[in-house]
Amino acid sequence: MEAISTVTAGSKKKRKASVYRSGFRTFLLLFPYGLLFFTFIAIPIAVAIGLSFTSFDVINRPTFTGLTNYIVLVTQDEAFLKFVLPNTFKYALIVGPGGYVLSFLLAWMLAQIQKIPRTILSLAIYTPSMLGNVFIGVIWKSIFSGDQRGIFNHILIQLDIIDQPIQYLLSPDYLMNIMIFVSLWSSMGIGFLAMVSGILNINEELYEAAYVDGMKNRFQEIIYITIPSMKPQMLFGAVMSIVNAFNTGWIGVTLSGQNPTPGLAGQLITNHIDDYGFLRYEMGYAAAVSVALLLIVMIFSKIAHGLFGEKDEL
Amino acid sequence: MNPKRFSASQIKFYLILVPLGIFMILPVVMVINKAFKPLGELFAFPPTIFVRDPTLKNFRDLFALSGTTGVPMTRYLYNSIMITIFTVIINLIITVSAAYAFSKKKFRLKGALFNINQMALMFVATAVSVPRYIVIQETGLMDTWLAHILPLIAMPVGLFLVKQFVDQIPDALVEAAIMDGAKDFRIIQKVIIPLTKPALATSVVLTFQAIWNATEASNNFITNDTMKTLAFYLGSLSTNNTVAAEGMASAAAVLLFLPNLIIFILMNTQVMNTMAHSGIK
Repeated sequence: MEAISTVTAGSKKKRKASVYRSGFRTFLLLFPYGLLFFTFIAIPIAVAIGLSFTSFDVINRPTFTGLTNYIVLVTQDEAFLKFVLPNTFKYALIVGPGGYVLSFLLAWMLAQIQKIPRTILSLAIYTPSMLGNVFIGVIWKSIFSGDQRGIFNHILIQLDIIDQPIQYLLSPDYLMNIMIFVSLWSSMGIGFLAMVSGILNINEELYEAAYVDGMKNRFQEIIYITIPSMKPQMLFGAVMSIVNAFNTGWIGVTLSGQNPTPGLAGQLITNHIDDYGFLRYEMGYAAAVSVALLLIVMIFSKIAHGLFGEKDEL
Repeated sequence: MNPKRFSASQIKFYLILVPLGIFMILPVVMVINKAFKPLGELFAFPPTIFVRDPTLKNFRDLFALSGTTGVPMTRYLYNSIMITIFTVIINLIITVSAAYAFSKKKFRLKGALFNINQMALMFVATAVSVPRYIVIQETGLMDTWLAHILPLIAMPVGLFLVKQFVDQIPDALVEAAIMDGAKDFRIIQKVIIPLTKPALATSVVLTFQAIWNATEASNNFITNDTMKTLAFYLGSLSTNNTVAAEGMASAAAVLLFLPNLIIFILMNTQVMNTMAHSGIK
């Protein structure tokens, strides 16, 4: 947090007297954001933690049950342990870090070509990320449609790879892989654009100096110059891609049209929360799953900070 | 890096990037074409990518449709437009005020509060849909526009990006404005906003994408069908699987996507500009 410390240190000397007078006005500036932040982010997290120790069905008052929900979650919830948790980890690890590495490589390649084709190609790669759930659902449902009219089935039948159309989106064997594929396709968003401009902003002289010092090839260029020079953008992108990976739980439900997804193959932790919270109204249990999810995201973000953060950050 | 002219060493990158770019954009092009296909072409087998005889019939059908609930589509469109406009404007004002305070004001707990916001970057909204439902219910916001708008106003990413930009405005500039007798409101209006346009544009794009495509509120906080949004309604349409409905679903998808595209094109240069400075420093 260099920026904060310099700002506080710098303004310490100045305007000491006006600090008190402007105190109330500063409060007014911060109040609307603070109020909404606490109402819709902080309080919900606190409520989730509180409810996770109770049994609550929305109608009757919550009753305290201690750690029961968590114990059930890690010992008895077969759907969670057998499907939801492994699914979530598989999905999030490939889409999060995988998508992240992919977006770095793409950004790096884009930085190697001329401006106009670069802009066009960046836009083509960015477009899927701004489509929204409805558009993504429409596209991939028609491509992976289970009858002969499905484009993917049609191509495979033409090529004599399969004889009969396959119900990709309703088959537990395929659903997860299709979800990962579609998510990667639509994940080159703002984080990806940040990487492109991050790489382009690296001082040209750094590379020249490094070649003088004996750097030999493009690979060393990436390891020794590109990545260290854009650590801040890398960190921002890493955190955003992890959060994004855990946030896109709707995709399996949209593609298959069912919650729970067929054979629980595409069931992610957010679907599990929806399932218990809004279909079964076991809010206490759903809250415990929510807390587990927030903890998982935090752990992943910490790892990202460990990899790309400077020592004095967060 | 950033070569000025073409050289043979770039060929290998073009060989990877061009097919990939086409692959990324092709499904989008397909659906856009599908939205303009007449029924005959929708049934055509094998399906073609480009439309031969474009028609607006799918869009007309979509607008004429009023679903099982009897609520006309124009009502959902109206809801979505109003909710989006309010959210984006309120979000912008609140974010820039908070960013200004965090960057140029001195107050107790500043570092701690900004760190909390930093932590909230990793906040997963879907994880707390249940407690949010309870908060909305307790505050009596169920079935109101505010249930759509308020949860999306405080956006940690937006505040973070804008604050990084306000940090780059020299303190001397703000102090000069104070000397001239400007109050906070005027400083924000005359100094902060003009100098942070790129970050504000990015924040607008992010907010817009979040609210325009949002279905959480319609699913969970709204029971009255006349208060739901276009994204929700069109999403529920696209679960219908007949061929004619496919044309309409494509039209719906295009209709939802168009505003996203327009906003992005309007803000494009500004957004790219912000991203170079978006680092967590």
